[in-house]
Amino acid sequence: MRSDQNRDAFGRLWALLAGRLCAVRALLFLLASIPTCAIADDVAPAAVPTEPTIVSFDKISAGDTAWMLTSSALVLMMTIPGLALFYGGMVRKKNVLATLMQSFAITCLVTILWWVVGYSLAFTPGTAGSTPYIGGLAHWAMNGVVYRHDAMQLSVSHLGITIPETVYAMFQLTFAIITPALICGAFAERMKFSAMLWFMGLWSLLVYCPVAHWVWEPSGWLAQKGVLDFAGGTVVHINAGIAGLAAAIMLGKREGLGRESMAPYNLTYTVIGASLLWVGWFGFNAGSAVAADGRAGMAFAATQVATAAAALAWMFTEWVTRGKPSVLGIASGAVAGLVAITPASGYVTPSAGVIIGLAAGVICYFSSTSVKKAFGYDDSLDAFGVHCIGGIVGALLTGVLVSKEISGVDGSVLTQLWGVATTLIYGFLMSLLILKLIDVLVGLRVGAEEERQGLDITQHGESIE
Amino acid sequence: MKLITAIIKPFKLDDVRTALTALGVSGMSVTEIKGFGRQRGHTELYRGAEYAVDFAPKTRIEVAVRAEMLEQAVDAIIAAAKTGKVGDGKIFISDLERVIRIRTGETDDAAL
Repeated sequence: MRSDQNRDAFGRLWALLAGRLCAVRALLFLLASIPTCAIADDVAPAAVPTEPTIVSFDKISAGDTAWMLTSSALVLMMTIPGLALFYGGMVRKKNVLATLMQSFAITCLVTILWWVVGYSLAFTPGTAGSTPYIGGLAHWAMNGVVYRHDAMQLSVSHLGITIPETVYAMFQLTFAIITPALICGAFAERMKFSAMLWFMGLWSLLVYCPVAHWVWEPSGWLAQKGVLDFAGGTVVHINAGIAGLAAAIMLGKREGLGRESMAPYNLTYTVIGASLLWVGWFGFNAGSAVAADGRAGMAFAATQVATAAAALAWMFTEWVTRGKPSVLGIASGAVAGLVAITPASGYVTPSAGVIIGLAAGVICYFSSTSVKKAFGYDDSLDAFGVHCIGGIVGALLTGVLVSKEISGVDGSVLTQLWGVATTLIYGFLMSLLILKLIDVLVGLRVGAEEERQGLDITQHGESIE
Repeated sequence: MKLITAIIKPFKLDDVRTALTALGVSGMSVTEIKGFGRQRGHTELYRGAEYAVDFAPKTRIEVAVRAEMLEQAVDAIIAAAKTGKVGDGKIFISDLERVIRIRTGETDDAAL
């Protein structure tokens, strides 16, 4: 059969790649074997499956499935139109359409890649021919994700045994979409559209999928070490933020930065975008319980208070240091709080959420203003300053504030630091490598003249009035 | 015939229009503009990036009147647009050679 032949070809290619990766793997294994002071006692009971299985219809919970379908749609809404508007309002008028286009195109591109191999690379467990570092290709093109009407059976993921695997795969897809889209904030207003597509496609497969596998697939090496990341502080935000820093450094500053006005086109869009992100984030965090249960409720509550605390913290910090509480400031603070509570949400109490939010609001304010200025990189819309720094604040504080009563696990700051450091190093180096490759092949940046004219007209042949 | 070009504060537009129509002025053109005079600009701050905005938003009105109505019209604009604070604007007056109503072909005073 044709599909079998294809699979064989894929398998051979994979074996070849895997051979080349041996040295890297050995190094990672050495790193992994260094003991840390605490390892979470998160061993699943024997009855819980460790790989996707086929179950009968009656094993599916209607409540869980309904909530996870809703969550998946909410997280998709975070990217389009949420993040698209959040970023689109912050750029200059000549780049608004191009910025909206980036989020939209990434949504389409990553969806196809996720269907082809992404889901398999990220969530194929250790028992199906994968390693602790990357999933296998057993589920390529959603192979094995089934629904059998007559037999009254369907597949479920081992990571969500009460919902159809289709729903789990789509829920995870929406995370795979927003993560690369977040990076766009760092290189706004100057990257070639073609280079952006190449970068996002490669980054999704070479960085997002492996890191998701390390942290979220129970057989992944960081999961085995006990790194806690409820909804994606490490996998999504640190990962995207550090890639953003790499991109900001590789592309260089925008033409005229510091000499010309780069005031946002329309902060109304940004406020609408931030609000959509906030609402959508309940799918992200409460949805990461993969159930309509008490833990989802706890994650929901922690998310809400942390976000409010961070928004106020940013607003008051700005008010005290710069004289006025800005609209962009309170919206940025809310996003910083959402980022920081993400890894913690299913592990901490709402009170702990307030602490995480306050810390994130203040720290991200300074990382997006004075720190950025001091180092001189042009992280245009603060993908690094808000997402990477906020993600680190959240990941480390998760280790401090984790509640055993809620989560059933112990956390450790040292273990969390492992997750943070590994993601920072791997994400930064791989992003640089991919960017360099694309720079050589197609060029990363538009010409100075095109940049002056704006990306809307030069990249897409359209403009707004 | 005279052409009055007045630069005024945007929020005074309705007052000026009301005052001029009370005099029998039957038309005007209005444009949103930016500019500077003695009123200083301001600074805007976006996540720590500070931008000086040198041009203040103003409204420009253009009114054509018969020569004998000029002083009345100018006084009406001043009375309506004045706040006494810097940035109230300016009035420019120039001679108008010809006026033609496109629909009827009427000219000069008949076209005003």
